[in-house]
Amino acid sequence: MGVILDIRNVTVRFGGVVALDNVSFQVNKGEFLCLIGPNGAGKTTMMRAVTGVVKPQSAQVLLAGRDISSLPIHKRARLGLALTHQIVRPFRSMTVLDNVALTAGHRLIGRIFRSMVSLDRSTERRQARKYLRLVGIEDVSQKSVVGQPLGVTKRLEVARALALEPKVLLLDEPLAGLNSVEAARLADTVADINREGLTTVVMIEHNLGEVMRVSQRLVVLDNGRKIADGSPADVMRNRTVRAAYVGKEYQNAAA
Amino acid sequence: MGIYEISLATVVGINIILALGLNMITGFCGQISLGHAAFYGVGAYTCALLAKAGTPLPLAIAAGMISAGAVGLVVGLASLRVRHDFLAITTMGVGFLFLGIVRQQEILGGELGISGIPSSGMSKIAYLVLVFFLVALFTAFSLWIKRSWMGFAFDAVADDEDTARVMSVDVGAYKLVAFAMGTAMAGVAGGLYTYFARFLMPDDFGFIASISVLSMVAVGGIGSVFGVIVATIILTLMPEFFRFISDYKLLVYGTLLFAVMRFAPEGLAGLARSLIDRIRPEVSAEKEVA
Repeated sequence: MGVILDIRNVTVRFGGVVALDNVSFQVNKGEFLCLIGPNGAGKTTMMRAVTGVVKPQSAQVLLAGRDISSLPIHKRARLGLALTHQIVRPFRSMTVLDNVALTAGHRLIGRIFRSMVSLDRSTERRQARKYLRLVGIEDVSQKSVVGQPLGVTKRLEVARALALEPKVLLLDEPLAGLNSVEAARLADTVADINREGLTTVVMIEHNLGEVMRVSQRLVVLDNGRKIADGSPADVMRNRTVRAAYVGKEYQNAAA
Repeated sequence: MGIYEISLATVVGINIILALGLNMITGFCGQISLGHAAFYGVGAYTCALLAKAGTPLPLAIAAGMISAGAVGLVVGLASLRVRHDFLAITTMGVGFLFLGIVRQQEILGGELGISGIPSSGMSKIAYLVLVFFLVALFTAFSLWIKRSWMGFAFDAVADDEDTARVMSVDVGAYKLVAFAMGTAMAGVAGGLYTYFARFLMPDDFGFIASISVLSMVAVGGIGSVFGVIVATIILTLMPEFFRFISDYKLLVYGTLLFAVMRFAPEGLAGLARSLIDRIRPEVSAEKEVA
Protein backbone atom coordinates (compact mmCIF):
# COMPACT_ATOMS: atom_id res chain seq x y z
CA MET A 1 0.00 0.00 0.00
CA GLY A 2 1.62 3.19 -1.17
CA VAL A 3 1.01 6.67 0.08
CA ILE A 4 -1.70 8.39 -1.96
CA LEU A 5 -1.90 11.66 -0.06
CA ASP A 6 1.17 13.02 1.64
CA ILE A 7 0.52 16.08 3.78
CA ARG A 8 3.66 17.77 4.99
CA ASN A 9 4.15 20.61 7.46
CA VAL A 10 0.83 22.39 7.11
CA THR A 11 0.70 25.68 8.98
CA VAL A 12 -2.36 27.91 8.76
CA ARG A 13 -2.75 31.18 10.62
CA PHE A 14 -5.87 33.33 10.66
CA GLY A 15 -4.58 36.68 11.81
CA GLY A 16 -2.94 35.93 15.16
CA VAL A 17 -4.65 32.58 15.61
CA VAL A 18 -2.65 29.51 14.70
CA ALA A 19 -5.24 27.11 13.32
CA LEU A 20 -2.73 24.46 12.27
CA ASP A 21 0.81 24.27 13.53
CA ASN A 22 3.16 22.29 11.33
CA VAL A 23 0.93 19.23 10.97
CA SER A 24 2.01 16.29 8.81
CA PHE A 25 0.39 12.97 8.11
CA GLN A 26 0.06 10.48 5.31
CA VAL A 27 -2.90 8.69 3.83
CA ASN A 28 -2.29 5.26 2.36
CA LYS A 29 -3.90 4.18 -0.85
CA GLY A 30 -7.19 2.44 -0.26
CA GLU A 31 -7.49 3.13 3.46
CA PHE A 32 -10.32 4.60 5.49
CA LEU A 33 -8.83 7.24 7.72
CA CYS A 34 -10.74 9.29 10.25
CA LEU A 35 -9.59 12.71 11.33
CA ILE A 36 -10.92 13.44 14.78
CA GLY A 37 -10.45 15.93 17.54
CA PRO A 38 -12.37 18.38 19.73
CA ASN A 39 -14.13 21.42 18.28
CA GLY A 40 -11.71 24.00 16.98
CA ALA A 41 -8.89 21.50 16.62
CA GLY A 42 -8.32 22.47 12.98
CA LYS A 43 -9.82 19.44 11.23
CA THR A 44 -11.92 21.37 8.73
CA THR A 45 -9.10 23.84 8.17
CA MET A 46 -6.82 20.90 7.38
CA MET A 47 -9.17 19.61 4.68
CA ARG A 48 -9.61 23.08 3.28
CA ALA A 49 -5.86 23.58 3.17
CA VAL A 50 -5.41 20.27 1.36
CA THR A 51 -8.01 21.19 -1.29
CA GLY A 52 -6.70 24.74 -1.61
CA VAL A 53 -9.82 26.49 -0.32
CA VAL A 54 -7.72 27.90 2.50
CA LYS A 55 -4.29 29.25 1.63
CA PRO A 56 -1.82 27.87 4.17
CA GLN A 57 1.21 29.87 5.33
CA SER A 58 3.26 26.83 4.56
CA ALA A 59 2.38 23.37 3.31
CA GLN A 60 3.38 20.71 0.91
CA VAL A 61 0.70 18.38 -0.38
CA LEU A 62 1.49 15.44 -2.63
CA LEU A 63 -1.31 13.57 -4.34
CA ALA A 64 -0.17 10.26 -5.80
CA GLY A 65 3.41 11.54 -5.69
CA ARG A 66 2.63 14.79 -7.46
CA ASP A 67 3.11 18.10 -5.67
CA ILE A 68 -0.20 19.92 -5.86
CA SER A 69 0.58 22.62 -3.29
CA SER A 70 0.56 25.45 -5.79
CA LEU A 71 -2.39 24.32 -7.93
CA PRO A 72 -5.74 26.14 -7.89
CA ILE A 73 -8.76 24.45 -6.31
CA HIS A 74 -10.39 23.17 -9.51
CA LYS A 75 -7.17 21.55 -10.74
CA ARG A 76 -6.72 19.70 -7.46
CA ALA A 77 -10.32 18.51 -7.78
CA ARG A 78 -9.62 17.37 -11.33
CA LEU A 79 -6.56 15.43 -10.18
CA GLY A 80 -8.69 13.51 -7.72
CA LEU A 81 -9.51 15.37 -4.52
CA ALA A 82 -13.20 15.63 -3.68
CA LEU A 83 -14.44 17.54 -0.64
CA THR A 84 -17.87 17.56 0.96
CA HIS A 85 -18.95 20.47 3.10
CA GLN A 86 -19.90 20.20 6.73
CA ILE A 87 -22.62 22.77 6.15
CA VAL A 88 -24.31 21.57 2.97
CA ARG A 89 -23.94 23.68 -0.13
CA PRO A 90 -26.00 22.22 -2.96
CA PHE A 91 -26.48 24.12 -6.25
CA ARG A 92 -29.84 25.60 -5.41
CA SER A 93 -31.17 26.20 -8.91
CA MET A 94 -30.82 22.53 -9.85
CA THR A 95 -32.63 19.31 -9.15
CA VAL A 96 -31.04 16.75 -6.86
CA LEU A 97 -30.12 14.69 -9.93
CA ASP A 98 -28.48 17.56 -11.80
CA ASN A 99 -26.37 18.45 -8.78
CA VAL A 100 -24.70 15.08 -9.18
CA ALA A 101 -24.86 15.00 -13.00
CA LEU A 102 -22.79 18.19 -13.11
CA THR A 103 -19.87 16.59 -11.31
CA ALA A 104 -20.38 13.31 -13.15
CA GLY A 105 -19.63 15.38 -16.25
CA HIS A 106 -16.40 16.73 -14.81
CA ARG A 107 -14.45 15.69 -17.90
CA LEU A 108 -16.77 17.67 -20.17
CA ILE A 109 -16.77 20.66 -17.83
CA GLY A 110 -12.99 20.52 -17.81
CA ARG A 111 -12.79 21.34 -21.50
CA ILE A 112 -14.48 24.63 -22.00
CA PHE A 113 -14.98 24.49 -25.76
CA ARG A 114 -16.19 20.94 -25.70
CA SER A 115 -18.67 21.94 -23.02
CA MET A 116 -19.99 24.58 -25.40
CA VAL A 117 -20.80 22.11 -28.16
CA SER A 118 -22.10 19.28 -25.98
CA LEU A 119 -25.80 19.15 -25.20
CA ASP A 120 -26.45 15.57 -24.15
CA ARG A 121 -26.71 15.02 -20.41
CA SER A 122 -28.24 11.55 -20.44
CA THR A 123 -25.04 9.56 -19.78
CA GLU A 124 -24.10 11.77 -16.85
CA ARG A 125 -27.64 11.66 -15.47
CA ARG A 126 -27.55 7.88 -15.63
CA GLN A 127 -24.29 7.87 -13.68
CA ALA A 128 -25.71 10.41 -11.26
CA ARG A 129 -28.70 8.16 -10.62
CA LYS A 130 -26.29 5.37 -9.75
CA TYR A 131 -24.60 7.52 -7.08
CA LEU A 132 -27.95 8.69 -5.71
CA ARG A 133 -29.04 5.08 -5.42
CA LEU A 134 -25.78 4.30 -3.64
CA VAL A 135 -26.46 6.87 -0.91
CA GLY A 136 -30.17 6.05 -0.85
CA ILE A 137 -31.84 9.21 -2.13
CA GLU A 138 -32.77 8.14 -5.64
CA ASP A 139 -36.48 8.68 -4.94
CA VAL A 140 -36.08 12.47 -4.73
CA SER A 141 -33.78 12.76 -7.74
CA GLN A 142 -36.22 14.87 -9.80
CA LYS A 143 -37.03 17.26 -6.96
CA SER A 144 -35.47 20.65 -6.51
CA VAL A 145 -32.81 20.67 -3.78
CA VAL A 146 -34.52 23.62 -2.15
CA GLY A 147 -36.66 22.39 0.72
CA GLN A 148 -35.02 18.98 0.98
CA PRO A 149 -34.35 17.87 4.55
CA LEU A 150 -30.81 17.76 5.89
CA GLY A 151 -30.87 13.95 5.73
CA VAL A 152 -31.13 14.23 1.95
CA THR A 153 -28.77 17.15 1.36
CA LYS A 154 -26.06 15.59 3.53
CA ARG A 155 -26.16 12.44 1.42
CA LEU A 156 -26.34 14.54 -1.73
CA GLU A 157 -23.01 16.10 -0.75
CA VAL A 158 -21.47 12.64 -0.62
CA ALA A 159 -23.05 11.52 -3.92
CA ARG A 160 -21.86 14.68 -5.65
CA ALA A 161 -18.31 14.20 -4.41
CA LEU A 162 -18.32 10.52 -5.44
CA ALA A 163 -19.39 11.51 -8.95
CA LEU A 164 -16.03 13.24 -9.31
CA GLU A 165 -14.49 9.75 -9.17
CA PRO A 166 -11.85 11.01 -6.76
CA LYS A 167 -8.64 9.29 -5.75
CA VAL A 168 -9.21 10.63 -2.25
CA LEU A 169 -12.63 11.47 -0.87
CA LEU A 170 -12.53 14.06 1.90
CA LEU A 171 -15.71 14.02 3.98
CA ASP A 172 -16.33 16.77 6.50
CA GLU A 173 -18.78 15.47 9.12
CA PRO A 174 -21.01 13.65 6.63
CA LEU A 175 -23.01 11.99 9.41
CA ALA A 176 -23.84 15.09 11.45
CA GLY A 177 -27.55 15.84 11.31
CA LEU A 178 -28.54 12.33 10.26
CA ASN A 179 -30.46 10.04 12.60
CA SER A 180 -28.64 6.95 13.84
CA VAL A 181 -30.12 4.63 11.17
CA GLU A 182 -29.28 7.03 8.33
CA ALA A 183 -25.83 7.67 9.80
CA ALA A 184 -24.99 3.98 10.07
CA ARG A 185 -26.26 3.38 6.57
CA LEU A 186 -24.23 6.21 5.05
CA ALA A 187 -21.14 5.16 6.97
CA ASP A 188 -21.61 1.62 5.62
CA THR A 189 -22.08 2.94 2.10
CA VAL A 190 -18.84 4.91 2.28
CA ALA A 191 -17.05 1.93 3.83
CA ASP A 192 -18.36 -0.32 1.03
CA ILE A 193 -17.18 2.07 -1.64
CA ASN A 194 -13.83 2.22 0.07
CA ARG A 195 -13.59 -1.56 0.40
CA GLU A 196 -14.36 -2.06 -3.28
CA GLY A 197 -11.22 -0.04 -3.91
CA LEU A 198 -13.03 2.80 -5.64
CA THR A 199 -11.57 5.51 -3.49
CA THR A 200 -9.47 6.30 -0.45
CA VAL A 201 -11.48 8.01 2.28
CA VAL A 202 -10.53 10.66 4.81
CA MET A 203 -13.43 11.48 7.10
CA ILE A 204 -13.86 14.08 9.81
CA GLU A 205 -16.46 12.86 12.24
CA HIS A 206 -17.65 13.49 15.79
CA ASN A 207 -19.80 10.39 15.90
CA LEU A 208 -17.15 8.27 17.62
CA GLY A 209 -19.32 5.15 17.54
CA GLU A 210 -19.35 5.19 13.73
CA VAL A 211 -15.70 6.24 13.64
CA MET A 212 -14.62 3.22 15.68
CA ARG A 213 -16.81 0.98 13.58
CA VAL A 214 -15.65 1.94 10.09
CA SER A 215 -12.21 3.50 10.28
CA GLN A 216 -8.93 1.68 9.86
CA ARG A 217 -6.73 4.42 11.23
CA LEU A 218 -7.20 7.60 13.23
CA VAL A 219 -5.38 10.91 13.17
CA VAL A 220 -6.20 13.13 16.13
CA LEU A 221 -5.81 16.90 16.10
CA ASP A 222 -6.05 19.18 19.09
CA ASN A 223 -5.46 22.91 19.11
CA GLY A 224 -3.88 22.81 15.67
CA ARG A 225 -1.41 20.04 16.52
CA LYS A 226 -1.37 16.38 15.72
CA ILE A 227 -1.51 14.47 18.99
CA ALA A 228 -2.00 10.92 17.80
CA ASP A 229 -1.85 8.77 14.66
CA GLY A 230 -2.51 5.05 14.65
CA SER A 231 -5.01 2.23 14.83
CA PRO A 232 -8.37 3.19 16.43
CA ALA A 233 -7.87 1.01 19.49
CA ASP A 234 -4.34 2.31 20.16
CA VAL A 235 -5.34 5.89 19.67
CA MET A 236 -8.29 5.59 22.02
CA ARG A 237 -6.02 4.24 24.74
CA ASN A 238 -3.67 7.17 24.28
CA ARG A 239 -3.65 9.43 27.35
CA THR A 240 -3.15 12.67 25.47
CA VAL A 241 -6.15 11.88 23.33
CA ARG A 242 -8.30 11.08 26.36
CA ALA A 243 -7.17 14.30 27.99
CA ALA A 244 -8.05 16.30 24.89
CA TYR A 245 -11.51 14.81 24.78
CA VAL A 246 -12.44 14.49 28.41
CA GLY A 247 -10.22 17.13 29.93
CA LYS A 248 -7.17 17.12 32.19
CA GLU A 249 -9.15 16.34 35.34
CA TYR A 250 -9.81 12.85 34.10
CA GLN A 251 -6.12 12.21 33.66
CA ASN A 252 -5.40 13.43 37.18
CA ALA A 253 -8.19 11.37 38.59
CA ALA A 254 -6.91 8.31 36.78
CA ALA A 255 -3.37 8.93 37.94
CA MET B 1 -45.33 49.21 -42.27
CA GLY B 2 -44.50 52.87 -42.26
CA ILE B 3 -41.04 54.30 -41.78
CA TYR B 4 -41.82 54.91 -38.12
CA GLU B 5 -42.81 51.33 -37.42
CA ILE B 6 -39.78 50.02 -39.28
CA SER B 7 -37.37 52.12 -37.30
CA LEU B 8 -39.14 51.21 -34.07
CA ALA B 9 -38.85 47.51 -34.91
CA THR B 10 -35.17 47.99 -35.72
CA VAL B 11 -34.54 49.59 -32.34
CA VAL B 12 -36.38 46.72 -30.64
CA GLY B 13 -34.19 44.21 -32.50
CA ILE B 14 -30.97 46.01 -31.55
CA ASN B 15 -32.07 46.18 -27.91
CA ILE B 16 -32.87 42.47 -27.90
CA ILE B 17 -29.33 41.60 -29.01
CA LEU B 18 -27.97 43.99 -26.39
CA ALA B 19 -30.15 42.48 -23.65
CA LEU B 20 -29.38 38.89 -24.66
CA GLY B 21 -25.70 39.79 -24.32
CA LEU B 22 -26.18 41.02 -20.76
CA ASN B 23 -28.35 37.98 -20.07
CA MET B 24 -25.37 35.80 -20.96
CA ILE B 25 -23.25 37.51 -18.28
CA THR B 26 -25.82 38.31 -15.59
CA GLY B 27 -28.52 35.78 -16.33
CA PHE B 28 -26.54 32.69 -17.18
CA CYS B 29 -23.27 33.19 -15.34
CA GLY B 30 -24.59 35.29 -12.45
CA GLN B 31 -22.11 38.14 -12.83
CA ILE B 32 -23.72 41.52 -12.38
CA SER B 33 -22.70 44.24 -14.84
CA LEU B 34 -23.74 47.87 -14.58
CA GLY B 35 -21.55 48.90 -17.48
CA HIS B 36 -23.00 46.96 -20.38
CA ALA B 37 -23.59 50.12 -22.43
CA ALA B 38 -19.84 50.70 -22.52
CA PHE B 39 -19.38 47.58 -24.67
CA TYR B 40 -22.33 48.64 -26.81
CA GLY B 41 -20.39 51.88 -27.23
CA VAL B 42 -17.07 50.19 -28.02
CA GLY B 43 -18.81 48.23 -30.77
CA ALA B 44 -20.61 51.32 -32.09
CA TYR B 45 -17.56 53.58 -32.15
CA THR B 46 -15.32 50.91 -33.70
CA CYS B 47 -17.90 50.27 -36.36
CA ALA B 48 -18.45 53.99 -36.99
CA LEU B 49 -14.76 54.76 -37.45
CA LEU B 50 -14.29 51.82 -39.81
CA ALA B 51 -17.46 52.66 -41.74
CA LYS B 52 -16.24 56.21 -42.25
CA ALA B 53 -12.91 54.83 -43.45
CA GLY B 54 -14.79 52.89 -46.09
CA THR B 55 -14.91 49.43 -44.57
CA PRO B 56 -17.83 47.35 -45.83
CA LEU B 57 -20.71 46.74 -43.40
CA PRO B 58 -20.13 43.09 -42.48
CA LEU B 59 -16.48 43.71 -41.69
CA ALA B 60 -17.23 46.88 -39.70
CA ILE B 61 -19.84 45.13 -37.58
CA ALA B 62 -17.60 42.11 -37.09
CA ALA B 63 -14.81 44.45 -35.97
CA GLY B 64 -17.24 46.06 -33.52
CA MET B 65 -18.05 42.65 -32.16
CA ILE B 66 -14.41 41.62 -31.77
CA SER B 67 -13.29 44.88 -30.17
CA ALA B 68 -16.18 44.88 -27.69
CA GLY B 69 -15.53 41.22 -26.87
CA ALA B 70 -11.82 41.91 -26.37
CA VAL B 71 -12.50 44.83 -24.02
CA GLY B 72 -15.12 42.66 -22.30
CA LEU B 73 -12.56 39.94 -21.76
CA VAL B 74 -10.28 42.44 -20.01
CA VAL B 75 -13.13 43.76 -17.86
CA GLY B 76 -14.08 40.15 -17.16
CA LEU B 77 -10.72 39.78 -15.45
CA ALA B 78 -12.14 42.12 -12.80
CA SER B 79 -14.86 39.57 -12.10
CA LEU B 80 -12.17 37.11 -11.07
CA ARG B 81 -11.10 39.42 -8.27
CA VAL B 82 -14.33 41.02 -7.05
CA ARG B 83 -17.86 39.74 -6.56
CA HIS B 84 -21.45 40.85 -6.17
CA ASP B 85 -21.82 44.50 -5.18
CA PHE B 86 -18.11 45.13 -5.70
CA LEU B 87 -18.36 43.81 -9.23
CA ALA B 88 -21.41 46.06 -9.75
CA ILE B 89 -19.40 49.10 -8.70
CA THR B 90 -16.40 48.05 -10.80
CA THR B 91 -18.44 47.56 -13.97
CA MET B 92 -20.23 50.84 -13.30
CA GLY B 93 -16.79 52.43 -13.14
CA VAL B 94 -15.91 50.87 -16.49
CA GLY B 95 -19.00 52.52 -17.95
CA PHE B 96 -17.96 55.95 -16.69
CA LEU B 97 -14.38 55.35 -17.78
CA PHE B 98 -15.57 54.64 -21.30
CA LEU B 99 -17.59 57.87 -21.40
CA GLY B 100 -14.72 59.82 -19.90
CA ILE B 101 -12.32 58.60 -22.57
CA VAL B 102 -14.72 59.06 -25.48
CA ARG B 103 -15.61 62.60 -24.45
CA GLN B 104 -11.95 63.65 -24.47
CA GLN B 105 -10.88 62.11 -27.77
CA GLU B 106 -10.85 64.30 -30.85
CA ILE B 107 -10.78 61.26 -33.09
CA LEU B 108 -13.98 59.93 -31.47
CA GLY B 109 -15.73 63.26 -31.93
CA GLY B 110 -15.58 64.25 -28.28
CA GLU B 111 -18.80 65.74 -26.91
CA LEU B 112 -20.15 66.29 -30.40
CA GLY B 113 -20.11 62.63 -31.26
CA ILE B 114 -19.59 61.11 -34.68
CA SER B 115 -21.75 62.21 -37.58
CA GLY B 116 -21.67 61.54 -41.30
CA ILE B 117 -21.60 57.78 -40.93
CA PRO B 118 -22.22 56.27 -44.38
CA SER B 119 -25.49 54.53 -45.10
CA SER B 120 -25.73 50.79 -44.85
CA GLY B 121 -26.58 50.79 -48.54
CA MET B 122 -29.75 48.85 -47.82
CA SER B 123 -33.36 49.89 -47.77
CA LYS B 124 -34.79 50.39 -44.29
CA ILE B 125 -36.82 47.23 -44.57
CA ALA B 126 -33.83 45.20 -45.75
CA TYR B 127 -31.85 46.51 -42.79
CA LEU B 128 -34.67 45.47 -40.48
CA VAL B 129 -34.53 41.97 -41.96
CA LEU B 130 -30.77 41.88 -41.30
CA VAL B 131 -31.31 42.96 -37.69
CA PHE B 132 -33.98 40.32 -37.16
CA PHE B 133 -31.85 37.68 -38.78
CA LEU B 134 -29.17 38.46 -36.18
CA VAL B 135 -31.78 38.52 -33.41
CA ALA B 136 -32.83 35.00 -34.44
CA LEU B 137 -29.20 33.92 -34.58
CA PHE B 138 -28.36 35.21 -31.10
CA THR B 139 -31.62 33.87 -29.67
CA ALA B 140 -30.74 30.43 -30.99
CA PHE B 141 -27.18 30.83 -29.70
CA SER B 142 -28.45 31.79 -26.23
CA LEU B 143 -30.83 28.85 -26.11
CA TRP B 144 -28.05 26.54 -27.23
CA ILE B 145 -25.66 27.79 -24.55
CA LYS B 146 -28.33 27.50 -21.88
CA ARG B 147 -28.90 23.84 -22.75
CA SER B 148 -25.24 22.97 -23.27
CA TRP B 149 -22.76 21.78 -20.69
CA MET B 150 -21.34 25.27 -20.71
CA GLY B 151 -24.75 26.54 -19.56
CA PHE B 152 -24.75 23.80 -16.93
CA ALA B 153 -21.39 25.04 -15.66
CA PHE B 154 -22.68 28.64 -15.73
CA ASP B 155 -25.58 27.53 -13.51
CA ALA B 156 -23.11 26.13 -11.01
CA VAL B 157 -21.01 29.32 -11.06
CA ALA B 158 -24.11 31.49 -10.65
CA ASP B 159 -25.39 29.34 -7.77
CA ASP B 160 -22.24 29.03 -5.69
CA GLU B 161 -18.86 29.62 -7.25
CA ASP B 162 -16.86 28.35 -4.27
CA THR B 163 -18.58 25.00 -4.41
CA ALA B 164 -18.26 24.96 -8.20
CA ARG B 165 -14.48 25.24 -7.79
CA VAL B 166 -14.35 22.34 -5.36
CA MET B 167 -16.39 20.38 -7.93
CA SER B 168 -13.59 20.93 -10.47
CA VAL B 169 -15.25 23.76 -12.42
CA ASP B 170 -12.69 26.27 -13.71
CA VAL B 171 -14.78 29.21 -12.51
CA GLY B 172 -12.45 31.88 -13.84
CA ALA B 173 -12.41 30.51 -17.36
CA TYR B 174 -16.20 30.21 -17.51
CA LYS B 175 -16.66 33.76 -16.24
CA LEU B 176 -14.27 35.09 -18.86
CA VAL B 177 -16.06 33.23 -21.63
CA ALA B 178 -19.41 34.61 -20.43
CA PHE B 179 -18.03 38.15 -20.42
CA ALA B 180 -16.43 37.75 -23.83
CA MET B 181 -19.59 36.33 -25.44
CA GLY B 182 -21.97 38.78 -23.77
CA THR B 183 -19.90 41.84 -24.57
CA ALA B 184 -19.28 40.66 -28.14
CA MET B 185 -23.05 40.57 -28.57
CA ALA B 186 -23.24 44.12 -27.22
CA GLY B 187 -20.63 45.01 -29.84
CA VAL B 188 -22.83 43.64 -32.62
CA ALA B 189 -25.77 45.63 -31.26
CA GLY B 190 -23.53 48.71 -31.26
CA GLY B 191 -22.49 48.11 -34.86
CA LEU B 192 -26.11 47.73 -35.94
CA TYR B 193 -27.03 50.90 -34.08
CA THR B 194 -24.25 52.79 -35.86
CA TYR B 195 -25.62 52.07 -39.32
CA PHE B 196 -29.16 52.65 -38.11
CA ALA B 197 -28.67 56.01 -36.41
CA ARG B 198 -25.68 57.16 -38.51
CA PHE B 199 -24.89 59.55 -35.71
CA LEU B 200 -23.32 58.65 -32.37
CA MET B 201 -23.37 60.67 -29.17
CA PRO B 202 -21.41 59.64 -26.05
CA ASP B 203 -24.59 59.86 -23.98
CA ASP B 204 -26.21 57.08 -25.99
CA PHE B 205 -23.83 54.73 -24.17
CA GLY B 206 -24.02 56.16 -20.68
CA PHE B 207 -25.08 54.84 -17.32
CA ILE B 208 -28.77 55.29 -18.15
CA ALA B 209 -28.40 52.98 -21.13
CA SER B 210 -26.70 50.38 -18.92
CA ILE B 211 -29.52 50.54 -16.38
CA SER B 212 -32.14 50.31 -19.14
CA VAL B 213 -30.61 47.07 -20.43
CA LEU B 214 -30.37 45.71 -16.91
CA SER B 215 -34.07 46.53 -16.42
CA MET B 216 -34.92 44.54 -19.53
CA VAL B 217 -33.01 41.52 -18.28
CA ALA B 218 -34.34 41.75 -14.72
CA VAL B 219 -37.95 42.39 -15.70
CA GLY B 220 -37.84 39.54 -18.20
CA GLY B 221 -36.54 37.13 -15.64
CA ILE B 222 -32.82 36.76 -15.12
CA GLY B 223 -31.56 33.89 -17.25
CA SER B 224 -34.74 33.33 -19.27
CA VAL B 225 -34.13 33.95 -22.98
CA PHE B 226 -37.78 34.43 -23.93
CA GLY B 227 -38.56 36.44 -20.81
CA VAL B 228 -35.76 38.84 -21.67
CA ILE B 229 -36.98 39.16 -25.27
CA VAL B 230 -40.56 39.92 -24.19
CA ALA B 231 -39.42 42.43 -21.55
CA THR B 232 -37.14 44.15 -24.07
CA ILE B 233 -40.01 44.53 -26.52
CA ILE B 234 -42.33 45.91 -23.84
CA LEU B 235 -39.79 48.26 -22.28
CA THR B 236 -38.63 49.56 -25.66
CA LEU B 237 -42.11 50.16 -27.03
CA MET B 238 -43.80 51.44 -23.89
CA PRO B 239 -42.28 54.92 -23.97
CA GLU B 240 -43.16 55.15 -27.68
CA PHE B 241 -46.80 54.15 -27.42
CA PHE B 242 -47.52 56.11 -24.30
CA ARG B 243 -45.91 59.41 -25.03
CA PHE B 244 -46.52 60.69 -21.54
CA ILE B 245 -44.29 57.90 -20.21
CA SER B 246 -41.42 59.02 -22.39
CA ASP B 247 -40.62 61.96 -20.12
CA TYR B 248 -40.71 59.67 -17.12
CA LYS B 249 -38.97 56.73 -18.77
CA LEU B 250 -36.34 56.40 -16.07
CA LEU B 251 -38.95 56.69 -13.35
CA VAL B 252 -40.97 53.89 -14.93
CA TYR B 253 -37.90 51.68 -15.43
CA GLY B 254 -36.81 52.32 -11.87
CA THR B 255 -40.25 51.53 -10.47
CA LEU B 256 -40.49 48.37 -12.57
CA LEU B 257 -37.03 47.24 -11.52
CA PHE B 258 -37.94 47.81 -7.89
CA ALA B 259 -41.33 46.09 -8.21
CA VAL B 260 -39.81 43.05 -9.94
CA MET B 261 -37.05 42.69 -7.37
CA ARG B 262 -39.52 43.05 -4.51
CA PHE B 263 -42.50 41.07 -5.76
CA ALA B 264 -41.37 38.77 -8.57
CA PRO B 265 -37.61 38.26 -8.42
CA GLU B 266 -37.84 35.77 -11.27
CA GLY B 267 -39.41 38.36 -13.54
CA LEU B 268 -41.94 37.79 -16.29
CA ALA B 269 -40.60 34.29 -16.92
CA GLY B 270 -41.17 33.39 -13.27
CA LEU B 271 -44.66 34.87 -13.31
CA ALA B 272 -45.55 32.95 -16.46
CA ARG B 273 -44.24 29.73 -14.95
CA SER B 274 -46.25 30.08 -11.74
CA LEU B 275 -49.33 31.03 -13.79
CA ILE B 276 -48.99 27.89 -15.92
CA ASP B 277 -48.50 25.83 -12.77
CA ARG B 278 -51.67 27.29 -11.32
CA ILE B 279 -53.76 26.69 -14.43
CA ARG B 280 -52.49 23.20 -15.08
CA PRO B 281 -51.32 21.83 -11.75
CA GLU B 282 -51.73 18.24 -12.87
CA VAL B 283 -49.31 18.71 -15.76
CA SER B 284 -46.53 20.11 -13.63
CA ALA B 285 -47.11 17.40 -11.07
CA GLU B 286 -46.70 14.78 -13.75
CA LYS B 287 -43.52 16.41 -14.94
CA GLU B 288 -42.08 16.05 -11.48
CA VAL B 289 -42.67 12.32 -11.51
CA ALA B 290 -41.34 11.73 -15.02
